Amino acid sequence: MNFRRLFLILTPYTWLLVFFLVPFAIVFKIALSDYAISIPPYTPQLDLSAGWEGVKSFFGELDFENFTFLASDALYYSAYLSSLKIAAIATLITLLVGYPVAYGMAQSSDEWRPTLMMLVILPFWTSFLIRVYAWIGILSNEGFLNQALMGIGLIDSPLTILNTNIAVYVGIVYTYLPFMVLPIYSALEKLDGSLIEAAEDLGCSRAQAFWLVTIPLSKPGIIAGCFLVFIPALGEFVIPSLLGGSSTLMIGKVLFEEFFSNRDWPVASAVAVVLLLILIIPIILFQRNEQKQREAGL
Amino acid sequence: MNRKFTWFNATSLTLGFVFLYLPMIILVIFSFNSSKLVTVWAGFSTKWYGELLQNDAFLNAAWVTLKVAVLSSTLATILGTLAAYVMVRAGRFRGRTLFSGMIYAPLVMPEVITGLAMLLLFIAIGLDRGVTTIVLAHTTFTMCYVSVVVSSRLVTFDQSLEEAALDLGCTPFDAFKSVTLPIIAPAVISGWLLAFTLSLDDLVIASFAAGPSSTTLPMKIFSSVRLGVSPEINALSTLMISIVTVGVITASLISKRSIAKQRADEQAAVRT
Amino acid sequence: MAQPANRPVFAPWTDPNEKPLIQFKNVTKKFGEFTAIDDMTLNIYRKEFFALLGPSGCGKTTLMRMLAGFETPTKGTILLDGVDLAPIPPNKRATNMMFQSYALFPHLSVWDNIAFGLKRSDMPKEKIPARVEEMLRLVRLEKFAKRKPHQISGGQRQRVALARSLAKAPKLLLLDEPLGALDKKLRQDTQFELMDIQEKTGTTFVIVTHDQEEAMTVASRVAVMDHGKMIQVDTPDRIYETPNSVYVADFIGDVNIIEGTASAKGDGKVSIAWAEGQPEISATLANGVALGTKVHFAIRPEKVAISSDRPEGKANVIEGTVHDIAYLGNISTYKVEVAGGRMIKAQVANDRRIARRDISWDDKVWLSFTDTAGVVLLN
Repeated sequence: MNFRRLFLILTPYTWLLVFFLVPFAIVFKIALSDYAISIPPYTPQLDLSAGWEGVKSFFGELDFENFTFLASDALYYSAYLSSLKIAAIATLITLLVGYPVAYGMAQSSDEWRPTLMMLVILPFWTSFLIRVYAWIGILSNEGFLNQALMGIGLIDSPLTILNTNIAVYVGIVYTYLPFMVLPIYSALEKLDGSLIEAAEDLGCSRAQAFWLVTIPLSKPGIIAGCFLVFIPALGEFVIPSLLGGSSTLMIGKVLFEEFFSNRDWPVASAVAVVLLLILIIPIILFQRNEQKQREAGL
Repeated sequence: MNRKFTWFNATSLTLGFVFLYLPMIILVIFSFNSSKLVTVWAGFSTKWYGELLQNDAFLNAAWVTLKVAVLSSTLATILGTLAAYVMVRAGRFRGRTLFSGMIYAPLVMPEVITGLAMLLLFIAIGLDRGVTTIVLAHTTFTMCYVSVVVSSRLVTFDQSLEEAALDLGCTPFDAFKSVTLPIIAPAVISGWLLAFTLSLDDLVIASFAAGPSSTTLPMKIFSSVRLGVSPEINALSTLMISIVTVGVITASLISKRSIAKQRADEQAAVRT
Repeated sequence: MAQPANRPVFAPWTDPNEKPLIQFKNVTKKFGEFTAIDDMTLNIYRKEFFALLGPSGCGKTTLMRMLAGFETPTKGTILLDGVDLAPIPPNKRATNMMFQSYALFPHLSVWDNIAFGLKRSDMPKEKIPARVEEMLRLVRLEKFAKRKPHQISGGQRQRVALARSLAKAPKLLLLDEPLGALDKKLRQDTQFELMDIQEKTGTTFVIVTHDQEEAMTVASRVAVMDHGKMIQVDTPDRIYETPNSVYVADFIGDVNIIEGTASAKGDGKVSIAWAEGQPEISATLANGVALGTKVHFAIRPEKVAISSDRPEGKANVIEGTVHDIAYLGNISTYKVEVAGGRMIKAQVANDRRIARRDISWDDKVWLSFTDTAGVVLLN
């Protein structure tokens, strides 16, 4: 009985330890190492054959040099700041686009809701890469958007949208919209319609009832949706590298290039560690929001 | 409940869904464009599909991707179901907090970090990068999604069903096999599908974990897309979109019908 | 409750030579700091229909789950047929349980649900169908064998659960709130059916319920529990007529509790002073009582007579005013205000039409009862 339980727990536990926790320990360790022209390209290497002396000299050579480097080089801290800015603005736009959609879904009739729900989920199952790619053809100089705008005579010469931050915003809003719509919808769906009627009965106009009742009661959904967009958008790599330009600074892209182009593993690891530290705050806040909702649900 | 569906709701739904679907519809239409110029319509043609099927690089990448997806999603389903079972049923044990942390962390971890960490592990233990390493990496991050899906089903699972099985003479393993598993099967299957799609779709983690000889389809698409829009990629995208659409619609119709049938049965039961 | 004279009275608990089927010996069960069962000792005999009765959280379900093997005692031992149950896992115990939620396997048909336990017993394969058919007949569900649990009604599900737990012919059947999910009318019918099946199969039943009426109807003995302790274990009639505490008197049925000070009058009689200027209540108490002891006098409303004129020849007569009348169809309950603002309930069977009832609100009435009608409780 106890042996079986142990086996049951240990199988997934060991897997996660080996393939998830240990890799992070390695990232931390390499972040404290120095770049070297060798294979693998960092120093010190742990030399176990040298016994205790090897371990001691190994730890002696670890330092926070890479982190001071990140703080002193404008490229990195402006990349972090710009990632935070882009993720925050994109989250806000996604909320403004997503809320009316979720609200419309919640107001629609019972027969329609499953279909609408499926229409929101369907893009989620379609390749992320393809959905981002679809916008290249739309936003490019000779793309459909410019063709359409020139066709109706709104502009004379094509607008440059692709390879700018605007394209990155469009890409994030587009790909993460379902993550915003679904939690807001599930909060709105639970909302008791008689609350709105009660508010109107007590003298609210429809707009006031919406502002004073609907919005506050859908707040958990709004918070959950915002985190679900903000957290992955912060570390996004595909969207800035396909839609963004050379001036678009996002930390995911910097990390990728640091690793593959510059082959500077220690700096790439340090970039990852700092990104992780930045993410911990919103992740903890998100978890707390979820926890609160779960408790309220019981 | 009184819900008023206004013109505002209708407009926002229409605009929202146009925004969600128009880019993909354009993509699909222009995959049938005979011109090499991807933004100018020059007549209907299926020649890009033909060329796609001639392109060995794409076919090889598709084959690698499929292999990786089947292997990793199956492994992830087994491990994820176990993990969910441990989370919901094993009660307290030492290191439970760490365990649940490790299950939820990959869900919110940026892919660049997960990928980097995986790669550094594979190098540290001297594992040659190839299909095996991609499978290991994909299993690790998708098993967490499986475990979330399965544990949300297990939470609502009436535990007295398992107790009843034990009471009627099942060993714990027998009870899991003949009672728990058949009942949570739909969740396990959707967990597998989710893991499969995530693996098919993944670019970043695969880029880190793959070796020079093992390029997956998203990696191949990414490298050609960086050079700009191409009609072949449009054709490939159309194929992938159609497969997913047909799959999702079929699955939802099946589940809709089974729910409707169950409801009808229950009503019939009340009447008898 | 009275047994026909030609049938021997079933009361193995009175026979010192009878060996109990189940013995709880100083069993304590703790969940962390919370004590669910507190040093309990209890015997249950073969063929008994034993009811565990108490409010939720009193430990009755824990007691049952210890018998089934889902909980292990923190201290003490439980014996089944003289064998210690502690080392035996639930799947090896000769007990079966009927769950409150029924726990029918939703993916299996009625037939397969009933056969589930048999397939895992040492019964030869070819004998299983006959046994399943027998069980289906017992619960009158032959026509529904092929249906899935969600395709039958609540009452039918309840019977499938019963058949499934009886199929392996357990030494002991545990029923956890078996009728809780049924509506009142169906519940009453099913109670009699349960008793019938218990008698037919000769199985020992232990039932957990919070419904005192249900416990009184089905059980040969009722155990009233509170906070992990047995308050009283006795036959339904004795529990009702001679409760050993205010708790039991109050828990079972409707009761008037009157506080007072007792003084012994000899030959098993006591008189209780309960209000200034009122005649003392005269009652019986076998062991007598010290002068000035605080006691509670408990009397059931149906044992209190009500009349407009002062009755003659009754041991106790109390004057009061009608405060409220609750008409319940077959009976009426009168709430009568007596000295000191105290309320006493009297119940009268409505054997006459309502129009001819002669007592109304604010009428001056007389309540009366004999000196053996109530019980004197010392705690």
